[in-house]
Amino acid sequence: MCLAVPMKVIELKENGTGVCELENIRYDVDLSLIEATKLDDFVIVHAGFAIEKLDVAEANERLKLFIDLAEAYSAEDNG
Amino acid sequence: MKYIDGFRNHLAARSITKDIHKLAAELSLKSLEARIMEVCGSHTMSIARYGIRQILPENVRLISGPGCPVCVTDAAYIDAAISLTERDIHIATFGDMLKVPGSSRTLADARGAGGQVHVCYSPLDAVRLAKENPETEIVFLGIGFETTVPPVISIVKRAMTESLKNISILTAFKLVPPALEALAEDKDVAVNGFLLPAHVSAIIGVDVYRGFVHKYRIPSVIAGFEPLDILLGIKGLLEQLEGSRAELVNQYARVVKKQGNRIALNLIHELLQPADASWRGIGTIPRSGLTLREEFSDFDASKKFSISTEGGEPDMRCRCGDVLRGIIFPDECPLFNKECTPLFPVGPCMVSSEGSCAAYYKYSR
Ligand code: SF4
Repeated sequence: MCLAVPMKVIELKENGTGVCELENIRYDVDLSLIEATKLDDFVIVHAGFAIEKLDVAEANERLKLFIDLAEAYSAEDNG
Repeated sequence: MKYIDGFRNHLAARSITKDIHKLAAELSLKSLEARIMEVCGSHTMSIARYGIRQILPENVRLISGPGCPVCVTDAAYIDAAISLTERDIHIATFGDMLKVPGSSRTLADARGAGGQVHVCYSPLDAVRLAKENPETEIVFLGIGFETTVPPVISIVKRAMTESLKNISILTAFKLVPPALEALAEDKDVAVNGFLLPAHVSAIIGVDVYRGFVHKYRIPSVIAGFEPLDILLGIKGLLEQLEGSRAELVNQYARVVKKQGNRIALNLIHELLQPADASWRGIGTIPRSGLTLREEFSDFDASKKFSISTEGGEPDMRCRCGDVLRGIIFPDECPLFNKECTPLFPVGPCMVSSEGSCAAYYKYSR
């Protein structure tokens, strides 16, 4: 029931809805439960509603941690 | 797709797994076992799908909690929905509900017998149905945790704006924090770490758990659903156990905020009030559910059609209650993979892909 991955907002409509995209598939999404959505925001969608935005700065920081961990691991592994 | 693939980096996964093994070895020196419960069906599914249980040390046990909304839906609730179809009322529901066994039948059976059951992707599909069929009564099956509640009750707002009188909700909403308390109080459960749900927490926030963690002194980590999120969550719990600490940590800060989602919480408070709720296989947990407030009873299907969602006689051989409390693993149920399979589920835990028995069936055999 819960599509756990973030989708990108690619179109905003007047009635508080929008179109989001995930892996080239488009979904109509109700945006009334989140604040001030902008184009290119990433949102978490559940049952046709965006329930929260992805904090991109936080997400990028996490990704950097994972890249560092991966690099450290392969360095160790090869050494 | 960096927000997906980046969270599935297998070298990073190995690195965290290595740390997990180190921590587990230290725990084992102290003869300690980590019994970690994930209280969310999407975690259960991810753990099974990525084979996380298999790469963990022996003294780190993952236990699936009551976090699949379908699995904790009472047989009596299904019976009530079926009885509505027999009165020419149309049921609109998420697809997972169709195969959940009631006392003797499922909604799929009712549909086979001529009952009208519409499968919806979003609750707004039900609003559309009501609009297009003004002579027909539509009842939406309002199951789910805090994540699902706001989308479902948006039906009421929409119906009021569009002056629709032929749509209502049969509520059986469930709340996670009271369930955590019940699990922590349950002597048979003996969990010493909680992996807290990702998207329930996106709605309710971090701070609501503080009292719980403080009172029961159980390490608790809010984690996302990607494999690296889960591994980091487990690592964080082991660190706490190793250091004899019990803290609340938000590992999913990219989505979960301290105060949760204000708009969604306001909507819940405006339309709903707490109520005792019956959890299948577990029993009644005080104030662990939500019902529509008196002012909105026109949208409350149980009042509108005077039906009860209590009683019900589920198949007593099903041990979902013990599975959901981590007392047995799914394959310890005598019916598992014999009479009970995803195609012919005896109990609700085998129905939804988020159910412990179904996830176990699909990935762990
Ligand atoms: S295997 Fe089937 S009968 Fe046994 S506990 Fe799971 S759902 Fe219930």
